[in-house]
Amino acid sequence: MLQIVLTLAIFMILVIPMGTYMYHIATKQKTFADKIFNPLDNTIYKICHIGREGMNWKQYALHLLTTNAVMVFIGYLVLRLQGILFANPNGIEAMEPTLSFNTIISFMTNTNLQHYSGESGLSYLSQMLVIIFMMFVSAASGYAACMAFCRGLAGKQKDVGNFYEDMVRITTRILIPVSFIAGLLLIWQGVPQTLEANQTVQTIEGQFQDLAMGPVASLESIKHLGTNGGGFFGANSTTPFENPTIISNLIELFSMMVLPGACVITFGKMTMKRKKQENKKVLFGNQGRTIFAAMSILFIVGLIVCFTSEMAGNPALEQAGLNQDMGSMEGKEVRFGIAQSALFTTTTTSFTTGTVNNMHDTLTPLGGMVPMLHMMLNCVFGGKGVGLMNMIMYVILAVFLCGLMIGRTPEYLGKKIEGKEMKLVALVLIVHPLLILGFSALAVMTGAGQAGITNEGFHGLSQVLYEYASSAANNGSGFEGLADNSYFWNITTGLAMFFGRYIAIVAQLAIAGSMLAKRKVNETVGTLRTDNVIFIAILVAVVYIFAALTFFPALALGPIAEHLTLWMP
Amino acid sequence: MKNFGKYLKKALAVTLVLLVLCGVVYPLLLTAAGQVIFPKQANGSIVKVNDKAAGSEVVGQEFEGNQYFHGRISSVNYNTYTKEEKESGEYAGVSSGSFNYAPSSKDLEKRVEEDVKAFKERYKEVTGEEFKGEIPADMLTASGSGLDPHISPEAAKVQLPIVAAASGLSEEEVQNIVDNNTEKKVFGIFGEEKVNVLECNIDIAEAMNEI
Repeated sequence: MLQIVLTLAIFMILVIPMGTYMYHIATKQKTFADKIFNPLDNTIYKICHIGREGMNWKQYALHLLTTNAVMVFIGYLVLRLQGILFANPNGIEAMEPTLSFNTIISFMTNTNLQHYSGESGLSYLSQMLVIIFMMFVSAASGYAACMAFCRGLAGKQKDVGNFYEDMVRITTRILIPVSFIAGLLLIWQGVPQTLEANQTVQTIEGQFQDLAMGPVASLESIKHLGTNGGGFFGANSTTPFENPTIISNLIELFSMMVLPGACVITFGKMTMKRKKQENKKVLFGNQGRTIFAAMSILFIVGLIVCFTSEMAGNPALEQAGLNQDMGSMEGKEVRFGIAQSALFTTTTTSFTTGTVNNMHDTLTPLGGMVPMLHMMLNCVFGGKGVGLMNMIMYVILAVFLCGLMIGRTPEYLGKKIEGKEMKLVALVLIVHPLLILGFSALAVMTGAGQAGITNEGFHGLSQVLYEYASSAANNGSGFEGLADNSYFWNITTGLAMFFGRYIAIVAQLAIAGSMLAKRKVNETVGTLRTDNVIFIAILVAVVYIFAALTFFPALALGPIAEHLTLWMP
Repeated sequence: MKNFGKYLKKALAVTLVLLVLCGVVYPLLLTAAGQVIFPKQANGSIVKVNDKAAGSEVVGQEFEGNQYFHGRISSVNYNTYTKEEKESGEYAGVSSGSFNYAPSSKDLEKRVEEDVKAFKERYKEVTGEEFKGEIPADMLTASGSGLDPHISPEAAKVQLPIVAAASGLSEEEVQNIVDNNTEKKVFGIFGEEKVNVLECNIDIAEAMNEI
């Protein structure tokens, strides 16, 4: 327990300076590192003819979509041609078309769902030019969209910023330098970083063992920092070469937590009133603090459920003669134990990274329900940038509901919430469950879908739900038992990831654009305050009620039913 | 649509610049830095026995002999194989992962029941005594990666009489070897206490003069 509390305390210490730094980058204020990065960025702007003019939300969204489309196209080519290209010491062949489609959508949308196994499916060139590259740019795209959204809500300038400038600044000033340092630390702990082929050694019993190698550390650091989550190897961060020690585990945890957390702080600072902004000692900003607190409550509730459930062990194995004092160890690593496994599991699905340091398919039923639920909520910190935007959807919904109850026009950040915004919010909030539940229904109804299910009974449904929740939330972890490399699964999850990402981003940018265009209304005594404890409680309640109304029946048939059969046979 | 061409051009330029920066420059720079500063770890923390690579410090291995500690159950057999297994195709190539059994799976229950039985039989066969006591959870559950290099100190303790009897070393000697290869929690707080199986077994082989 103590190690979990301390880990979270260190996170709080890290996230505040990072949030301040990110705020300075987003608002183009001076930072200590300008001397190095300004010339670099200016060169890039020059080469690419980037004018750095402000854009309205439509231009911003179009530039984002076009850029992502170009990246998808180039990445797809590399995957299809990897067999004949260079940097392929292990002789990997080209990737099959539907699997390439799935993989490329998966990495562009920051999901990193993997229907291939890295050891046997990708050349080193693909790992670098497709996987590592996409990990940077998908994270940067999410961040860029989020910053445009915040600028729209803050309403301090006439446009939402320049997409290319946002992309370049976050990549050169945060993603690359932090990844480099984290990567070096990971190598120090034992993560390989080499372009040599796999090694074969002879064991002391005279057998042979193959050790899979590669440029692992360079992928590993951006995988977490960009909340990507796709592993170099099939078993992701459970493999010793991806995550060899408890220290590497902590580095990976902090890297995936720090930027989504920092986004909330940036938002808080951007939406502060002008007068207060001059006071540099403010850590959070009122609005940011509310959201950070609500997210933390959701996170901690989930963590407690997951930890207790895993610690309780598996009664069926106790029956079979295996002591369960250590907790449920099937699918977990000894060096992490239950505490760090439960923490990692809750974090990876709350911050929608999708990296795993234990196998989620073998989690106890309720322990496995927590990651599933957090992907269904998709707003407990969430992926880089987009989690914050999703939470604001719930904030607007909460403000709207309260407005109905007290009979006043709802307002948020000094702007009226009207029919147009509510329609867009409803669209974002409905598309997500529609993708998860709709595709799950399709999968359990069709033979091609059922063919992937490998565990019988209630757990089979959990496998399907988890896969689509992970796709739609752009998380990417899986109940890995699912035999998901088939046409059906590749295409349906590909679509879920695509719509889950881009419908939400475009609609959210539209909301920001529409809020930006409105006149500011003055705050009166009748205005609903969105920066106090009552509102935090309302917000948490709205999130849970919304989730219960949409997902409870499905969860009852999956993990909850499995829990009951296991404990009350 | 005139604008679209302009959009596309900019998008392509940014893509290519970032591709070079993130996909080529960054990983190569990190490779260079890693190889220079931490050459051992960057190449897989290889353990050598008599100057020949015998494994990696951080990756587990399959052990069959009773004189050695056995690691956790692996769905990929630790990527360990004999020449025959490779030639017959029984070993399909390097991989990682778990069985992915549901907690309610009957297959999981069956596997554990069989392994518990097999362990008790092996214990009796080697030490000549009935196994009394509890088998800790990590010993007969599969690790997530299939490559877990560690077992818990409890799992080492349970196996100790077998190892001592089969190797001819005294229980104290084996206990010493285990203690030497036990890693404590970091700062006494983070992580778990654990025993590195490969390093224990290399020490045992040395004590038995087998290598």
